[in-house]
Amino acid sequence: MKRVFSPISNASELKAGDEVLLCGEILTARDAAHKRICELEAENMPVSLEGQTIFYVGPSMKDGKITSAGPTTSMRMDKYTPTVLERGAVALIGKGDRKAEVYDALKKFKGVYFVAVGGAGAIYADCIKKHEIVAYEDLGSEAIFRLEVEDMPLVVAIDGEGSSIFR
Amino acid sequence: MRSIFYDDIVLAVTNMCEACCRLTPDAEEALSKACERETSKLCRFALSTLVKNAAVAKEKCVPVCQDTGMAVFFLELGQDVRIEGGYLEDAINEGVRRGYKKFGCRMSVLDPLTRENTFDNTPAIIHTRITCGDKLKISFLPKGFGSENMSRLFMLNPSDGVEGVKASVIEAVKSAGSKPCPPIIVGVGIGGTSETAMLLAKKQLLRDIGSKNPNETLCKLELELKDEINALRIGAQGFGGDVTALDVFVDTFKTHIAALPVAVNIQCNAERKAVVIL
Repeated sequence: MKRVFSPISNASELKAGDEVLLCGEILTARDAAHKRICELEAENMPVSLEGQTIFYVGPSMKDGKITSAGPTTSMRMDKYTPTVLERGAVALIGKGDRKAEVYDALKKFKGVYFVAVGGAGAIYADCIKKHEIVAYEDLGSEAIFRLEVEDMPLVVAIDGEGSSIFR
Repeated sequence: MRSIFYDDIVLAVTNMCEACCRLTPDAEEALSKACERETSKLCRFALSTLVKNAAVAKEKCVPVCQDTGMAVFFLELGQDVRIEGGYLEDAINEGVRRGYKKFGCRMSVLDPLTRENTFDNTPAIIHTRITCGDKLKISFLPKGFGSENMSRLFMLNPSDGVEGVKASVIEAVKSAGSKPCPPIIVGVGIGGTSETAMLLAKKQLLRDIGSKNPNETLCKLELELKDEINALRIGAQGFGGDVTALDVFVDTFKTHIAALPVAVNIQCNAERKAVVIL
């Protein structure tokens, strides 16, 4: 399987249906964090999204360690995704198909959407080598974490040309 | 009267939370079999990842899925039991508080409007039925919300009949698509009032995959629904494949002459449950 490194510089080389192993630095955000960052002006955001990969996950934890960390349903993030891509994010990781507005935004900003396997939280937690909270600690599992990941098994679901494994 | 003590219930529930860290044997077997017969390459990738994941979770004693859900309990309390040392629901909640922490589960429970988290995954959802005898049966179903959000209730007209029931179930599964993390288990409750149908649908998820419905009519309906759901070719994770439903479970309750309620409750691929009798 092909290795992809985040921050991703070669998004246009990734095609829908490719199975990849993701390595490098990524950020987490799910419903509550998306709402907060998108309600702020771009210059006031607590963390820069430039070049970032955003993983839709709220991990489970024990004694400060991540125990399970699989993807959540991406569609709930759809209304925020064009803004997130406009503010610099390049790649998104979640599960399930997206609405038309996300397809359009991925084309416009040359982004890529990966799917992880929903229900495989133990395997994804195993891929996380380091983690730290970078914003919104009060949200608990919905805080924004920075993760260092190694060989996360993913599938390119929607590429920057709008090709999709779902349609 | 037989006494059951508050502390024993707390301890039992605390230990039951380990269910979040392992797939039930029937689910593990069903996923392995699905992986063998699946013809889509992407779905096989998803299914084989899920099979590996179950092994990793078991080995490390970590949650199978990070969504360890709301803790749903079905209690069958014998009428000859006296609970001593505290209130039954407090004991269940204390067990959840301790167990979710002990097994590294996610604290996913919050106020619906303020969105303030309780940070201990309580309150649990507790359904209690008084039964005969002197035992307390506790069934635990950690229910993730990717699948729970796909719950549907159809208040059909009596004239819609069995065909209407089937169309409703298919509509619920089709519109859910990839969102409930297929391959899924589908619980269907038919009859009663709106809330009895919903509860009946959820209760079906306690059945083991592959278990045969003793009622012949329902058994046939379950098989037909399973075939029709799999013909939708949603596939594992919605990747488009052969296996969408691992099983379909149906039960009925008598209803009103004017009504035909149909409720659908979906279980994701991470089937986790535990039963204890005190």
